[in-house]
Amino acid sequence: MTEDADLAGGFACPLPLTDHKTVLLAHGGGGRLTQQLIQSMFLTQFDNELLAPLHDGAVVTLGGARIAFTTDSYVISPVFFPGGDIGTLAVNGTVNDLAMCGARPLYLSCAFIIEEGLPMEDLWQIVLSMKKAASEAGVMLVTGDTKVVDKGKGDRIFITTSGIGLVPPGVQLDPRNARAGDKIIVNGPIAVHGIAIMSVREGLGFETRIGSDTAPLHELAATILRSGDNVHVLRDPTRGGLASALNEIAGSSHVGIMLSESAIPLTDEVRGACEILGLDPLYVANEGKVLAFVPPSSAGEVLRAMRAHPLGKQAAIIGEVVADHPGVVVMKTGIGGMRVVDMLSGEQLPRIC
Amino acid sequence: MRFIDEYRDREAAERFAGLIKGITTRPWTIMEICGGQTHTIVKYGIESFLPSGVSLVHGPGCPVCVTPLEIIDQAIAIASLPGVIFTSFGDMLRVPGSAKDLLTVKAEGGNVRMVYSPLDAVTIARENPGRKVVFFGVGFETTAPANAMAVWQAKKLGLDNFFLLCSHVLVPPAIDTLLSSPVNRVQGFLAAGHVCTVMGFEEYIPLAERYRVPIVVTGFEPVDLLQGIYMTIRQLEEDRAVVENQYARSVRREGNIPARKLLRDVFAVCDRKWRGIGVIAKSGYELREEYAAYDAGKAFDVAHITAAESPLCIAGEILRGLKKPHDCSAFGRGCNPEHPLGAPMVSSEGSCAAYYHYGRLLTTPAEATS
Amino acid sequence: MCLAIPGKVLTVDRTAEPAMGDVSFGGVSKKICLEWLPDVQVGDYVIVHVGFAISKLDEQEALETLKLFEEISGALDELGEEGNDAEIPRTKKDHPRDEERGTTGGA
Repeated sequence: MTEDADLAGGFACPLPLTDHKTVLLAHGGGGRLTQQLIQSMFLTQFDNELLAPLHDGAVVTLGGARIAFTTDSYVISPVFFPGGDIGTLAVNGTVNDLAMCGARPLYLSCAFIIEEGLPMEDLWQIVLSMKKAASEAGVMLVTGDTKVVDKGKGDRIFITTSGIGLVPPGVQLDPRNARAGDKIIVNGPIAVHGIAIMSVREGLGFETRIGSDTAPLHELAATILRSGDNVHVLRDPTRGGLASALNEIAGSSHVGIMLSESAIPLTDEVRGACEILGLDPLYVANEGKVLAFVPPSSAGEVLRAMRAHPLGKQAAIIGEVVADHPGVVVMKTGIGGMRVVDMLSGEQLPRIC
Repeated sequence: MRFIDEYRDREAAERFAGLIKGITTRPWTIMEICGGQTHTIVKYGIESFLPSGVSLVHGPGCPVCVTPLEIIDQAIAIASLPGVIFTSFGDMLRVPGSAKDLLTVKAEGGNVRMVYSPLDAVTIARENPGRKVVFFGVGFETTAPANAMAVWQAKKLGLDNFFLLCSHVLVPPAIDTLLSSPVNRVQGFLAAGHVCTVMGFEEYIPLAERYRVPIVVTGFEPVDLLQGIYMTIRQLEEDRAVVENQYARSVRREGNIPARKLLRDVFAVCDRKWRGIGVIAKSGYELREEYAAYDAGKAFDVAHITAAESPLCIAGEILRGLKKPHDCSAFGRGCNPEHPLGAPMVSSEGSCAAYYHYGRLLTTPAEATS
Repeated sequence: MCLAIPGKVLTVDRTAEPAMGDVSFGGVSKKICLEWLPDVQVGDYVIVHVGFAISKLDEQEALETLKLFEEISGALDELGEEGNDAEIPRTKKDHPRDEERGTTGGA
């Protein structure tokens, strides 16, 4: 407990009760510990109506226009991986967060924190990747910042991008909007990005190249919104995998979710990699994937429209929202039994057992 | 995927379920001693395919769960030393010691690295001659040969900076201890298919005979488990008690002979303490004298480290199949995967963790203990 | 202790010490130690645990097990509802070769 007399008002809030004296890697994993950190450390101090949905971005009203506003940091290691690099992610990730709010992404900012000693050639590659991604997504980088830190104080490079976009009238996407009966659609095979990263990480290398599925989703999102009558939620499942995103939405909307294991698209290679390492694909990170919660009357139309789009060719209905077991995600397994798809606890680690 | 999908086939699972129902006339208690089988049983809801009289209990089959607390504390002490690169399988990184876990040591600046294979640790030792590379050698007989190979390789390459922190355990002595207990309720066993892939199943024959208990060597996919359970119940209903091999596609009677030879060359059988159970005679491996230079327990000053268990944790009764996780007052309350009080909640194969992740919201305590 | 999965052998290098090979799991391949399977060939399926192949999958046995599902299901269909008293076909595993009686086993 710290007492800092300089704080305005002359009183200091005690450190919220936590089990951990230091921040752990697992606090950044996207699962339960991340939730706890956000709830106890950040929300207690910054609670307001615009933050409350805890969606990928906030939608604020300025002079009659609805602006979506988001930010994200990219700290991935290794910086270069099959299918892209940290620069590609930094642009696509923020474009996607805006798209999940229903916005047309327009402008990005970019802050670099570069570790002393990073080869100039690497920085150049990253910048070129960002330019390519920005051009594909139709966004403009309009402001930025650059810092360099001592060698050893930053893992080669960290990038933070913020973005703003315009939300058309009538679009109301909110993680609290899922309703019993909604069909849940994913645009393609899951767990690709996480396995692509792991495949080049030290000690877990595969001979086969699996490339990250990073991609800008704003056009696919626009297609979904056009073809569906009253889409309730859009979410791109990143860290923590499909399971974490679905648990968050089930919690925010106070609904249950029922998944069908055999309906979830998975490539053979990603499946093989998960089997060797003992990883559950539901908890492995994605990048170019979107989950759409759609009222049953328009699910068919949305699915058709998604499948006609290059990023949605393998789109599938993987489950539905139910009124039972609110807040809990349940899955019918391949052999017909039922299991709970719990929130991730800490990081999912490869296992030998 | 070939050789996997066929054993996850829904129709086959339902057929076996029907068959089991057809032959079961009395209640039976069957135990498996394998974290991987516990995982499959809970993840696929295998118990929901069985008649209500058949009770599956989970034994001490998770090597992470049975590693004594003091060994984890020793691992943490070693990992915290400057100049040490501590390598381990992923499973062990989150197991809490008395004060912290290996991931915390990493957070505090320790050089802790996860590896997929013990040979990767040897490679790290070769590439870092100025550091001491320690590998946390945990596991049953399935993993022991791989760890033996790492030490054997290190010796062959003349490395002086590679060490094994050894915590190996053997299955047959554990079965013996469980069956000889006066409170034992287990009537049939599923033997771990991959342990037997390495060791064969000869060691189980005298156990089946001495205790008159059927033992069926079983695989890991849902249909394997159902077939293994079917074969066990059939023996019980017919009052037979022999060793049968369900996992014949991988297991031979003599096991893998070159792997077993390597085990004899590198390890000697010794007494071992099992967390939650106590010392079981001749139930572990230690490095032979000629490999003593690679023994982390000798190379580092950690032998004096002792530890005390949480009084709330009933791991011992859970690991012996006497209680189920739902019977524990702390399950899901003071004890959960983010804040585990004991071993079975830590590893994803531990009974408590498996029930917590897959089943706690679907099963009521009444159903769980029936 | 048990996470070991089947993979298909793509290459075998017996000149390496220990012997290694590329094994494919659903299309993703990894370098695996083949030292304990001196007879394994390209195209065989092996069970792999922590980077080591511990057994060669016996396709014949695997097929027998799968055929067994069908035999049993066939018998079950014939029986209809009266499962309890009827003759359930014994599995192949009842063959004396596969069943180890206590008296024949050694310590």
